[in-house]
Amino acid sequence: MSTSPVDLQHDPHGHGDDGHGHDDPHHQHHFTTMEQQFDTSKIGMWLFLATEVLLFGGLFVGFGMMQARFPEQFKEAHEHLQRPLGALNTVVLLISSWTMVMGVLSARTNQRKKLVIYLLITILCACIFLGVKYFEYSHKYEEGLLPGHYYSHHGDKIPTVNGANGYATFFSFYFMMTGLHGIHILVGIVLLAWIAVRGNRGEFNSSYYTPVDLVGLYWHLVDLIWIYLFPLYYLIS
Amino acid sequence: MAQALTHSDPHIGDRPRPAKNYLNATTGIWSWMTTVDHKRIGVMYLVAVTSAFFVGGMFALLVRLTLLTPSHKLFGKVLIDADTYNRLFTLHGAIMVFLFIIPSVPGSLANFVLPLMLGAKDVAFPRLNLASFYLWCTGAVLAVTSMIFGAVDTGWTFYTPYSTTTQNAVGLMTMAVFILGFSSIFTGLNFIATVHKLRAPGMGWFDMPLFVWGTYATAIIQVLATPVLGITMVLLALERVFNIGIFDPKIGGDPVLFQHFFWFYSHPAVYIMILPGMAIISEIIPTFSRKTIFGYKAIAYSSVALALLGFLVWGHHMFVAGQSELATVVFSALTFLVAIPSGVKLFNWLATMYKGNISLETPMLYAISFILLFAIGGLTGIFLGALSTDIHLTDTYFVVAHFHYVMMGGTVIAFIGGVHYWWPKITGRMYSEKWGRVGCSLVFIGFNMTFLTQFFLGSKGMPRRYYNYLEQYQPLHAFSTFGSWVLGMGLFITAAYLFASLRKPMDAPDNPWGGTTMEWLTSSPPIEHNFEEQPVLEHEPYDYRPKVKKHA
Repeated sequence: MSTSPVDLQHDPHGHGDDGHGHDDPHHQHHFTTMEQQFDTSKIGMWLFLATEVLLFGGLFVGFGMMQARFPEQFKEAHEHLQRPLGALNTVVLLISSWTMVMGVLSARTNQRKKLVIYLLITILCACIFLGVKYFEYSHKYEEGLLPGHYYSHHGDKIPTVNGANGYATFFSFYFMMTGLHGIHILVGIVLLAWIAVRGNRGEFNSSYYTPVDLVGLYWHLVDLIWIYLFPLYYLIS
Repeated sequence: MAQALTHSDPHIGDRPRPAKNYLNATTGIWSWMTTVDHKRIGVMYLVAVTSAFFVGGMFALLVRLTLLTPSHKLFGKVLIDADTYNRLFTLHGAIMVFLFIIPSVPGSLANFVLPLMLGAKDVAFPRLNLASFYLWCTGAVLAVTSMIFGAVDTGWTFYTPYSTTTQNAVGLMTMAVFILGFSSIFTGLNFIATVHKLRAPGMGWFDMPLFVWGTYATAIIQVLATPVLGITMVLLALERVFNIGIFDPKIGGDPVLFQHFFWFYSHPAVYIMILPGMAIISEIIPTFSRKTIFGYKAIAYSSVALALLGFLVWGHHMFVAGQSELATVVFSALTFLVAIPSGVKLFNWLATMYKGNISLETPMLYAISFILLFAIGGLTGIFLGALSTDIHLTDTYFVVAHFHYVMMGGTVIAFIGGVHYWWPKITGRMYSEKWGRVGCSLVFIGFNMTFLTQFFLGSKGMPRRYYNYLEQYQPLHAFSTFGSWVLGMGLFITAAYLFASLRKPMDAPDNPWGGTTMEWLTSSPPIEHNFEEQPVLEHEPYDYRPKVKKHA
């Protein structure tokens, strides 16, 4: 977020003549005020979140189409998911959303220690989520509840609709959507760790905490997607 | 002290050229590769997309050459066999769509001009802008790599089940498209934030130049539609690598689902392509008619209307793909609605020209070509949106001709017009007006020879993408091929005189056409931070009431 050295070196008179100081090192040259810069970053982040919603949106629509095609099989297939684990993960992510909010608040109120602690709890929650997901995935793997051609669960009588197996389709979508969501959690952990390190160095204060705010927005979206995924997969009946 | 945008000052355009501009402010390759200046990124995009256009154009010429005779023989030998032909038309389509047209105007011209028009120093996120360019480069490298590893012969639409079962390099190409998609998303995101937050003091939404409105509408589609293409490409790749079966009917998948996903992006993408073209025309027409644009708000709103309608009509690509009858009827009806905002624009441009003081310089010639060609392209779209005629015309050359009239006759013509219009601003040099007119005439004649013919071919039943054809189609095919040579010649001449202009010293005045938007306030080429002083808007765009001094 700092002004690039190229701009500084070759701009003998561009700065300062518009009647405002550039005391904040985070202030980029093409913004008049820090508020303008902050608002612009927020618009950018919201737009990015919109693209994320649409990225998942395509999968949600595909799932809905297939569920309409194989209603009975989707219902039976979802019995194989471990509902308590899904519920646990939902609670874990909700807690992490709260700690994230507290983290942003701490950054805004110059509470450096609190910021780092809240971010670390958020990261811990994210890791618990992935751990639980690992147990769920390995359970599915052992049972042969796998996508598409890899589906080999013996408990089912391989029921078919026009020769097609809706169970396999269910697990294709399950792994793809929770997998894509899991990747987002991983990215989230990296981002949270990054702002935790910067926060620990004392880089954020009430006049500059944009990265904390933006990572917070991202994290809430990742939570929100799970809030939709949980009932979609675990609570079909 | 604010610099006012006013035409009462006769000295605008006459002040001495500053010694330092964005081109020579820093030197060396590295200073370009790491630049965050929107103008330099725009220039790099311009070089990049025109290179892609050249490659895609070569493939097009080869496709036309193959179809010169039904025996495909040239000097007694078959030069291009059927498999090669399939790869040629696929690469032509994929390169032109994903590497050229979609990033063309937003990446190059809008990147350069949009912040200038808003009186801003840069786009909202300069580094994201550079990242978007490098994503484009990565996508281009992947696309070229896929050509080395056997290329792709699925057609640019990558329809399943063929694309999931064929052995050729679909994987690399889908990765390329995925990455190019993100390049496009970042460009769009950047422009939306820029338009919202970086307008000059005093510039409200309805004081923005219409080019900005068009680019803004485009950016909305880039941000909202492209992610769906991204996920579709991921699904396609997973289908190929892991057989997850979502598009495979053998295990419960549905290949038509791919088509829905694909067109949910790719129809709005048509508006990503055409809206910037229309945006350029909305600048050129008032400038060369020396008249305030007619129906400013109607044009602005029609851009947004097109962007939104674009999301609702994807099903018209699938009339014969097994949609329900109801869906087909609804999609057809919605498709007709597209004609309304398109017509609004067209008539407003004509009304602007009416009783204007028209000067027929090269950009204006391209603008008029655009109006003619886009009218043909748009009206033939109605044939295809109507269900009964579409069943006859689906997958024929009529479709090929229609979308070339919109994409090439529309967007590419507008793009070339825009390049001429802003060439003095970008390079600081005037090109040869005489050769400009020659080039434009050849492009216009060659284009119509190539593609008007294809309407006839299509309505007579010639299917698209076929290698073999009946003897009876040969005269029309041959005429179309001859046309492609004239078109190629026109484009070659255009490239030649534009390059030639770079060899002479800078001679362009600040405002060669007497334009009224803010990019003409700064020097040609602009200084590194765009303006000496923050410009302030003092009148609406396209205000030609005062007499404007014009370059002789």
